[in-house]
Amino acid sequence: MGKLFAVILAVITAVSAGVFIARVWWLPPDISVLGAGIDHQLGETMIASGVLFVVSQLVLAAFVWQYADAGDGRPIKIFPGGATPMVVMATVLVGIEILVLTLVGTKVWAGIFLSPPDPNALHIDVQAEQFAYYFRYPGPDGKFGVPHPELIDDGNGNFFGLDPANDTTARDDIVSASLVVPVNLPVLLTLHAKDVGHAFYVPELRIQQDFVPGLVIPLQFTATETVKKEIVCTQLCGLGHFNMRAYLEVKPPDQFAQWLTEQAAQ
Amino acid sequence: MRTKHVASFALLVLAASSIAAGPAPRAVSISGTVTFTGTPPKMLKIDMAKEPSCEKQHPTPVMTESVVTGPGSTLANVVVYVSAGDQPGPAPTETVRYDQKGCEYVPHVAVLHVGQPLEIYNNDQTSHNIHPLAKANPEWNKSQPAGSPPIKATYDKPEFIAVKCNVHPWMHGYFAVLGTAHFATTDGNGKFTISDLPPGKYTLTAWHERFGVQTQEVTVGGSEAKADFVFKALPY
Amino acid sequence: MSDTPAPPPVRRRETVEKVTALKHRPPTGFLRTYVFSLDHKVIGKQYLDLALVAVVTGMVLSWLMRFHLAYPDVAIPGLGRLAPTRGAGGVMTPELYLSLMTMHGTIMVFFVLTTAPFAGFGNFVLPIQVGAEDMAFPRFNMMSFWVTCVAFLVLLAAFFVPDGPPLSGWTAYAPLSAIGKDAGPGQGGGQTLWALSIAIFCVGQLLGSLNFIATTLDLRTRGMTLMRMPYSTWAWFITSVIGLIAFSVLLPACILLILDRVAGTSFFVPAGLVVSDRLQPHSGGSPLLWQHLFWFFGHPEVYIAILPGFGIVSHILPAFARKPLLGPKIAVGCMAAIGFLSYTVWGHHMFLSGMNPLSATLFSVPTLIITIPATIMVLLWIGTIYGSRLRFTTASLFCLGFVSVFVSGGISGFFLAQPSIDTYLHGTYFVVGHFHFVMGVAAMFGIFAGTYFWFPKMYGRMMNETLGKIHFTLTLIGVYATFMPMHYLGLAGNVRRYSAFTDDYMKGSQPLHRFITMAALFTGAVQLIFLVNLVWSRLRGAKAPDNPWQATTLEWSVPSPPPFDNFGGKHPVVVHGPDEYGGTSPEGDFVLQAAPPASGTA
Repeated sequence: MGKLFAVILAVITAVSAGVFIARVWWLPPDISVLGAGIDHQLGETMIASGVLFVVSQLVLAAFVWQYADAGDGRPIKIFPGGATPMVVMATVLVGIEILVLTLVGTKVWAGIFLSPPDPNALHIDVQAEQFAYYFRYPGPDGKFGVPHPELIDDGNGNFFGLDPANDTTARDDIVSASLVVPVNLPVLLTLHAKDVGHAFYVPELRIQQDFVPGLVIPLQFTATETVKKEIVCTQLCGLGHFNMRAYLEVKPPDQFAQWLTEQAAQ
Repeated sequence: MRTKHVASFALLVLAASSIAAGPAPRAVSISGTVTFTGTPPKMLKIDMAKEPSCEKQHPTPVMTESVVTGPGSTLANVVVYVSAGDQPGPAPTETVRYDQKGCEYVPHVAVLHVGQPLEIYNNDQTSHNIHPLAKANPEWNKSQPAGSPPIKATYDKPEFIAVKCNVHPWMHGYFAVLGTAHFATTDGNGKFTISDLPPGKYTLTAWHERFGVQTQEVTVGGSEAKADFVFKALPY
Repeated sequence: MSDTPAPPPVRRRETVEKVTALKHRPPTGFLRTYVFSLDHKVIGKQYLDLALVAVVTGMVLSWLMRFHLAYPDVAIPGLGRLAPTRGAGGVMTPELYLSLMTMHGTIMVFFVLTTAPFAGFGNFVLPIQVGAEDMAFPRFNMMSFWVTCVAFLVLLAAFFVPDGPPLSGWTAYAPLSAIGKDAGPGQGGGQTLWALSIAIFCVGQLLGSLNFIATTLDLRTRGMTLMRMPYSTWAWFITSVIGLIAFSVLLPACILLILDRVAGTSFFVPAGLVVSDRLQPHSGGSPLLWQHLFWFFGHPEVYIAILPGFGIVSHILPAFARKPLLGPKIAVGCMAAIGFLSYTVWGHHMFLSGMNPLSATLFSVPTLIITIPATIMVLLWIGTIYGSRLRFTTASLFCLGFVSVFVSGGISGFFLAQPSIDTYLHGTYFVVGHFHFVMGVAAMFGIFAGTYFWFPKMYGRMMNETLGKIHFTLTLIGVYATFMPMHYLGLAGNVRRYSAFTDDYMKGSQPLHRFITMAALFTGAVQLIFLVNLVWSRLRGAKAPDNPWQATTLEWSVPSPPPFDNFGGKHPVVVHGPDEYGGTSPEGDFVLQAAPPASGTA
């Protein structure tokens, strides 16, 4: 029975690790300036974890195979050195690994979430609601109109509750159902939720951020390739959670400017 | 001799009763046109980017439908109905059908009698959720994945109920639940006809989702009556 | 006279005897014996039976979910009758999927993983292991079980209200859970019942924790010093301390949630929310407050689920390895360290929640540090197997399996503990794979190990070992096949809590989801072997001797099943540690904890 267990464990370990190593299912290519940092962190962790996983499962399997009771009355053996050296070594090794990963990882984290907003960033206001995203560009005046929750009227296209009749800054705001951004230029999103908690996730950008009702949360990124990818919701928001998405379209700067003009004309 | 007397007496009775009953009532109709004055608000283009399976179904841009106008300043989707002077009757049994097609509600306004069966169909490849925002009637909210059977509903109180889909926020429609079987909705040319009305005095109400409500007294005699409505359009 | 040890304090024995004299009478009548019993052994078995009902319910819910994910276009036969509103025509609506998911998580975490390993086994075994005749507060004990039962019934009632069960997940984040009906289907009465059920559950657990702490500290028999306590007793003791603090926070949180829903308060709901076209009348609340309160409970909760497993494995493994646990004091220290550290890490569930990004580092460091005592425990177990004479019974196999699956689950946690990686993996199937490995598999293996080990003591009959070994082998393969692929899905960005995968980039994951569903249904079917074994053994199992495993601790020095007052009126005197295996003695290669009868009777 012990041998069977050991063999099963070894096979499971080999198959599991093999699928990871072969990257059969893996992260999509990153399109963000900060993506490489995250991918590097993930890769380092994957190697360290992979070694730990394979070694510990195989040692467990080997010991179970080796130390089955043979009925021969042989004496038991204590692990060489006892517990203390093993524990000290584990503490030191794991401790060093933790230290290194924390130091490197904090830099990556700070790069995304603790950096001051780039003054040249394109500012886009993002509203998440049950179950869609709407994006607002400030328009030629560079200012966002004031949103009034009581004026929100989805059926008539007033998603943000703007009051163009009385609010001049709101008149040129451009509202879009897709997030269109220029390539290689920093973008600053301000995220706010209309009703319940939502989240913004683009796997290719390697960023994710919850929308919290009552808060306005900034999120920065710079996209490095002209692609069309999906933004999906990762914070359970109700029945339409699975279907809540928008498209991120990264355009060359001239096409972006053209798109902006077309939108403003409407 | 006696038979002749009986026969003429019977004929007399017959003639008298038909005179006493009066002429048979002829069902007449009221028709008219609904127009507006002033500048209506601009309808906005609906962006269905999040649902490519619906976006594909519309080769030309889809506009919001709260104000749909026709040639000659006519107004479509106005519900015209008899709000007074009508005899209450049983609910019609034919089903009113409400379709979700191309991520839009067809018709934009579904008119039905209190207690009349309503069936909601999902013809799209995506899931919808139907949320009629009823206040006088019980409010409900149900998902309808693609391939589900139709949702059956009835309403017991007259009410104009806004209908929304949370999954596709631009979807917007109405259920007009009325206490009368005499109603009509204006078509693309702003025209309506309410038929099968016995002659009499009636109050007609015209309801538009943006421009409000207008009423008129109409007396229906032996022939078709006319009633026109004019709404004042507001730009916002 | 300072070098002669002082005689043991007489006070404690008097206390025990006084307690016995006042409260401990044999029960009379059916109700007092089997229903409203004050006997910790009956209560423990009642908890285990409740957990059994709960786990079957939770598993059935998961089968429905997994079937839908694998075959979203196939109508599920019978669903239309079970759920006429949300499953009309057998088509599972998104709200039904999310409701099933919410109830699955809630039932499994609370009514299986918090009851069976802790209240179930702990109640039965701990008093005997410390040499007591019952728990310190038998009436509190009985109340705690029945309160837990009421909580379960209140939760199940959510299936029958017009709006259906809640769909906000077992985490019930505000404002989705706090606003009420406007937030959508499932968020009507069902959510209020959910919050009420959990609040009642907290009360039951608080009563239980008090009992465990008092019993462990005060009712140990003569000679049972803290360091001679079995590791399982230590684990239950530490778990009860964690539980006391954690449930004390969840209870008010649930009350505040109920107030927001029914009394118009705004603890968790800010101003200006427009839900279903209606401006909500709340103002001034914070959704993050709910998250902090919930996870301050929630993280220690998962250690409440796993620590008894640590204790059970540390207790059972030496018995079948025929050697003492490597590093006994270190093991106890690690369990205590994990218990303490569990309070410092809750923010790792909230890295992306909108709280100050600096706090991410603050929470990440202790989360990574917890890896150290957990790693040490694994090394101690593996080190115990080194040089041992392993006996393969179903109980010991589940302990070995526990080590394997705990390593797998712990390692995936290592990824999620780092905020920069969590930025990508949060909310994906990677998280689902991680917590199912540690909770749905490792904690379950602990429960299985405890069942196969203590069943003879509880019911006086042996379980069928052949069926047990088949159960173990197929389950081990099945759980790896079910939950390992979830990590691959997560790496590919497959989002969790989705009732369907309609997004372009997730469409390709369908084959893997089908594989997982097949594996899950297979593993579920295998559990029938366990159920059959349980029932058959209770009725027809071979009669169990007092000490079928040749184990050392006090529960194996009493008959199977034990008499009403555990020790037949005698109080054992303990002279040995809990795992003295491997030497030679009159009994064989082990030494019972209690001294031989000649020198120890009261």
